[in-house]
Amino acid sequence: MKFLLLMHMNPTVWDALTEDERNEVMTGHGAFMDTVTKSGEMILTQALADPSQSAVVRVRDGERLVTDGPYLEAKEYLGGYYLVDVEDKERALELAAMIPDAKVPGLGIEVRQIMFDNGELTV
Amino acid sequence: MIGEPAIEDLLRELTPQVLGALVRRHGQFEECEDAVQEAILAATVQWPTEGVPANPRGWLITVASRRLIDQVRAEHARRERETTTAIQAETRGDTAEVADQDDTLVLLFLCCHPVLTAASQTALTLRAVGGLTTGEIAAAFLVPEPTMGARISRAKQKIKAAGSTFALPAKEEWPGRLGVVLHVLYLIFNEGYTASSGGDLHRVELATEAIRLTRMVHRQLPGDGEVAGLLALMLLTDARRAARTTADGDLIPLGEQDRSRWDAALIAEGAALISGAMTSSALGPYQLQAAIAATHAEAGRAEDTNWRQVHILYKILERIAPNPMVTLNRAVALAEVDGPEAGLELLSTLDGDERMAAHHRLHAVRAHLLEDAGDLPAALENYQRAAKETASLAERRYLESRAARIKITRA
Repeated sequence: MKFLLLMHMNPTVWDALTEDERNEVMTGHGAFMDTVTKSGEMILTQALADPSQSAVVRVRDGERLVTDGPYLEAKEYLGGYYLVDVEDKERALELAAMIPDAKVPGLGIEVRQIMFDNGELTV
Repeated sequence: MIGEPAIEDLLRELTPQVLGALVRRHGQFEECEDAVQEAILAATVQWPTEGVPANPRGWLITVASRRLIDQVRAEHARRERETTTAIQAETRGDTAEVADQDDTLVLLFLCCHPVLTAASQTALTLRAVGGLTTGEIAAAFLVPEPTMGARISRAKQKIKAAGSTFALPAKEEWPGRLGVVLHVLYLIFNEGYTASSGGDLHRVELATEAIRLTRMVHRQLPGDGEVAGLLALMLLTDARRAARTTADGDLIPLGEQDRSRWDAALIAEGAALISGAMTSSALGPYQLQAAIAATHAEAGRAEDTNWRQVHILYKILERIAPNPMVTLNRAVALAEVDGPEAGLELLSTLDGDERMAAHHRLHAVRAHLLEDAGDLPAALENYQRAAKETASLAERRYLESRAARIKITRA
């Protein structure tokens, strides 16, 4: 079964970390990627650019309206994700707990099961 | 001259036999597997133009053995002389005699080794016994090829680390190990039949592949009732394939399927298999499930279904293999025999069961029975809850449409 392990970023929490703590999280991702790649569970991972760079597109009466993200004021935003293919939900939770962000007080990993897949993944 | 699809079928059939012969003689599962893949590749290139050799299995074993020697040379240059001599001595020996032995079953037991997770057993079985490429297996499970490659190589390392030998398991291990093999084949079939995630309800190749592999096992163990039962279950289930979805891919429940679209030949084969197995060997869960599928297949119209027999079969199944899913299915049959209230009462025994917590099937079945009992508000609530809990898009669409139907009726 496939799961998306979503990393929600909270800049207030992140900024409060020391340089060493932040480095520890970053290096931890390397180790995590290595583990899930070797086990044959990793499908893909992507980190998203800062939400100050995002835009929201709406079509109203056929007109395209582009605005800055409405989520700028949000305390949390999606920072990135891992897409994994695992034996069961229990394993997905186990992997989520191995992501370094999970250990940072104030942050957490959201685990969502994939329901539709178009089958054209070529990584 | 033999055509390319025929060559492909022949190669798929021979792959496990060639791999089995090689592993039996040289051990080193991983190295042998690579060598066999290369030999198969050579055959794919050579045979269509130069013709199929008189003894294709012998040809493949010889070529694979040569590749194995090349590999051993490259990897152990230090011990080159003695190893090569040893392998050549064996290769020169009575190839024909070894080649006559069919090691498919031994190979299947190795791939379904209990140290592996179900996902790894499945992948390794498809690759080593089914003769599919890593890319084909990856595509069937909708994962990238490197992901599947890593999974297969991890599985091979684990088998090596477990120190398993290339031999049939000891007598006392046999039932448990065969149980794992059958379960893996069942998983492959189910993955193809009802993709647990994804919008496409059928992944034909996997269901077909599972049937092919189970036929292989059945040929080797014709007297085993559970092997025959599993094969019959697959055939009887697969017979409904064409009637199971609309042109748009929406699910059609058993009771509403156009039965003229069921595959009569598959039903006949499955029904004959299961009646033969049930009269000649000890009863088991696969035989019972096949017998239930056969009972449904016998009914020309949904209303002709012998629900009393279905209920009895589920009751026996519940006794020999207790499982909340079985109780759930028995509730459906009981409702048909004694009315929806009786079914609902049986369902209520599952409420405290942790294994069923948050499982959409419990809510979906309850919704159906509530609808039949005329309690539309509760039925609606259960359909909506089930729709939220399922991880299958086709099932969600179906459950949402049932909910919508109730809303219209009530409005």
